[in-house]
Amino acid sequence: MNPANYLYLSALLFTIGAAGVLIRRNAIVVFMCVELMLNACNLAFVTFSRLHGNLDGQVIAFFTMVVAAAEVVVGLAIIVSIFRSRHSASVDDANLMKL
Amino acid sequence: MQLAAAATQTSTGEAVQFWILGTVAVLGALGTVLMKKSVHSALSLAGTMIVLAIFYLAQGAYFLGIVQIVVYTGAIMMLFLFVVMLVGITAADSLKETLKGQRWLAAACGLGFGILLIAGIGNASLDTFAGTGQANSAGNVPGLARLIFTKYVWSFEITGALLITAAIGAMVLTHRERTERRSTQRELSEARVREGVHVAPLPAPGTYARHNAVDVPALLPDGSIAEKSVFGTLRGRGQIRDVSADALERLAALEQRSEEWLERDPDRVEPVRLAQGPGGDRAGREERTERESGREHESERAEEGAK
Repeated sequence: MNPANYLYLSALLFTIGAAGVLIRRNAIVVFMCVELMLNACNLAFVTFSRLHGNLDGQVIAFFTMVVAAAEVVVGLAIIVSIFRSRHSASVDDANLMKL
Repeated sequence: MQLAAAATQTSTGEAVQFWILGTVAVLGALGTVLMKKSVHSALSLAGTMIVLAIFYLAQGAYFLGIVQIVVYTGAIMMLFLFVVMLVGITAADSLKETLKGQRWLAAACGLGFGILLIAGIGNASLDTFAGTGQANSAGNVPGLARLIFTKYVWSFEITGALLITAAIGAMVLTHRERTERRSTQRELSEARVREGVHVAPLPAPGTYARHNAVDVPALLPDGSIAEKSVFGTLRGRGQIRDVSADALERLAALEQRSEEWLERDPDRVEPVRLAQGPGGDRAGREERTERESGREHESERAEEGAK
């Protein structure tokens, strides 16, 4: 097996995550799909690190994880505060800025 | 992992691991997208993340593999589960399409995007790979630390600012100012007496020390269930476990045995009905009206017989 297969898997996971973001309405599940995309990117970074034989890819994946953690914290706080004011976790209901 | 600069194949063990766990990862991802309840989505995603952690470990990224398990499946997914718990029963996805045909278009877009992505990787020449053996020769964590604190030190410091901002942002977003004074216990009890609907505390769930689960409602003296003893969320979900039939059967058997023992005629004597408790619920009332109407029928029949 060639390690490029990890890249194919990563592309597949990213695609599934992207389709999930488009398809699902529940804000929490949309968020989980974003996490899935970030994880797929991390897998690609780690695989690139192995293909090139240096650790830069792993450092980038590490920073991605940190950013993902910060993003989850803020995003979930937004979901909770929207749920408090609108009593719904559906992304269709947050349409106050719609003309 | 050999140090050869131009390896082309991984070990067979890793290939087997990849095909088995890769399937699991894809299934988990599909489950995340397709599961109806968000808790199931979260569990599927946790499975995928654990598989990815194993892949990191297999590719020589030991530090990232452990961090993936600790941070992602340990912290982030638990945060997700907490929010799912807070948002609660109303979190079910609406199946109504606000944009017509959006689902199919989204799926088609996803398919096209995936084909593009995979075709792009297929076109790249990735026949040989260096392997992380050389880079990990001084250990994975020291190697990463050397990079983070030399080449990437500026990003590392910016990361600190990002984390502080995120923490403050989360606190600001979820903080709620109390606009009115919290009512004291005395005021609450006075209001309860003034309303007069439920002066006494609500009945506790559970039945005669045989069932003490919160979803088993207490039984009223006539054997019907007291719906108010089960708390509102379970009532809203319809998750009440009714065990009153069993209790009613045993009550009937007990009455029959006592009548046999007292050598009474069971048809003649009306069994002594205990007083209805205060706040008897709908089921109890319905049953009572049924019994009363039954008794009326009986008396009518008796009158007809007398005629």
